[in-house]
Amino acid sequence: MEYLWNLGQLIAQQTVNGITLGATYALIALGYTMVYGIIQLINFAHGEVYMIGAFVGLIMITTYEVNFFVALLVAALVCAPLAMLIERVAYRPLRGSMRLAPLISALGVSIFLQTLMTLIQGPNPQGFPKVITDTVYLLGPIKFSLVQVIILVIAALLMVILNLIVKYTRTGKAMRATSQDYDTARLMGINVNRTISFTFALGAALAGAGGVLVGMYYGSVHPFMGVTVGLKCFCAAVLGGIGSIPGAMLGGIFLGVAEVLGVAIGLGTYRDAIAFALLILVLLFRPTGLLGRPIQRKV
Amino acid sequence: MEAIFDFFSNPYYIQILTITGVYLIAALGLNLITGITGQFSFGHAAFMSIGAYTSSLLTLYLHTPFFLNLLLGGIIAALFGVLLGFPSLRLTGDYLGITTLGFGEIVRVVFINTKITGGAFGLAGIPRETNIILVYLIVVLTIISLYLIKNSRFGRGLVAIREDEIAAEAMGINTLFYKVEAFAVGSFFAGISGALYAHLIQYISPGDFGFSRSFEILNFVVIGGLGSIPGTVVGTAILALAPEFLRFVQEYRMLIYGALMVLMMTFRPRGLLGGVDLFQVWRNFRHKGLREKI
Repeated sequence: MEYLWNLGQLIAQQTVNGITLGATYALIALGYTMVYGIIQLINFAHGEVYMIGAFVGLIMITTYEVNFFVALLVAALVCAPLAMLIERVAYRPLRGSMRLAPLISALGVSIFLQTLMTLIQGPNPQGFPKVITDTVYLLGPIKFSLVQVIILVIAALLMVILNLIVKYTRTGKAMRATSQDYDTARLMGINVNRTISFTFALGAALAGAGGVLVGMYYGSVHPFMGVTVGLKCFCAAVLGGIGSIPGAMLGGIFLGVAEVLGVAIGLGTYRDAIAFALLILVLLFRPTGLLGRPIQRKV
Repeated sequence: MEAIFDFFSNPYYIQILTITGVYLIAALGLNLITGITGQFSFGHAAFMSIGAYTSSLLTLYLHTPFFLNLLLGGIIAALFGVLLGFPSLRLTGDYLGITTLGFGEIVRVVFINTKITGGAFGLAGIPRETNIILVYLIVVLTIISLYLIKNSRFGRGLVAIREDEIAAEAMGINTLFYKVEAFAVGSFFAGISGALYAHLIQYISPGDFGFSRSFEILNFVVIGGLGSIPGTVVGTAILALAPEFLRFVQEYRMLIYGALMVLMMTFRPRGLLGGVDLFQVWRNFRHKGLREKI
């Protein structure tokens, strides 16, 4: 009985940790899913935008000694125009060409940004200062650290704001229209270029904020942190059904929980494979992800 | 003449050229899957690693002859290619891409966690069997066999699948069988390439065959021109040698490499030789020459 109680407690605790990790995954996955939804592009440079967000947060906190929340805001505000610039330079000229061309160009951008950050900040991981005190709250037998609470609250807040933007603003309506049918949206007088730019900016702002949150959670940032996390978050987006905003949130949290539980049951060395194994399993049974619409093939 | 002789007597340059040839074999294999059949594969380096580990383990533990190991490396990789070809029955486009990417990562993590493959440290002390002549001999054989495949009934079926899968199926092409076979042949060449790599560098570790290597090979194929065999050769030659040519810019090397990728794509979205039929170009050229004479 005692054993079962401990096991239950462990699982509950790890689930909380997993949801925290998953919330940051979800923030990044949202950028992938929105961009994919609107122009069917796997934006491989998105992981690098997240990495730059983390560095901007770090620099704001260490050099300018600003408040953590200000750093979060600045990171989001720096990442948004950066992603718009990437879209303008590397993706827009390739719109309408074959599918792999923008993908290669995205990889080019990603190599460029990684090297740039290595040149500026050096290749080694840098410590992220402890800006939040280590307070631990107890909810029954489950521990919540203040950092976890802040991550969960901010992530939830950002997702609510995103939902409001997409559902109730004119630009949000334009985004949904463009993702449904690019050409018809254009015929209806929607400025698709501006809408696509805005989508990139929105996704990048979330990723930038996510970068700062992850930097704070793990206490370190480095120029290559965007690679694995970027791939995993893309997995999360596909898992939830790419193009679907609730799908990305679900996929991110699902993945975070699965990963943390996987490590807890002793699969630690397989950690980076869990996301992909799960993804392949889900795709074999639901080829368009958990919440994805089935692809319709027109003959 | 002197310069050429100096170039070819420098072991460093020989090594670089040999490696380029090794990558070229893998890239040609990927061109069959992605370029000719139109199936995304972002995990090609995983097949290289399967070939590399298979042949190295055989050499190190069973001491079987090198050519047998080379062949077995290719065949085992092809078997895994068949395995991965089956999901392509249900998955298309980017979904297939991400599945193959996941497959590549899983293979890497499995190698890290397996004892016989040396875990994360990899295998060392593999005897050196690969040399530049052998590599380019295999390159030539690969190119010939790919041309034969491309111009056969099978190859035309593959192109039909790339252009329109439903139409191809309606024309009586067994798309599943064709796609799986394309994956098998492409992976076979990747396995051979991996085996040659292992016996060239003499040391392999799972980190050598991560997704960045897969994307590197994909780069070669896409920048050269999808579906074009001369394009793959040109793309691999340029991109595999670019880091060497860019040595003078030192730490800005990868910065320029990344920018170059973006520029090459924006100026030629179909790749350097994509959609260019070299025979047609040559014929036009000859035709024009004749007309000028008249």
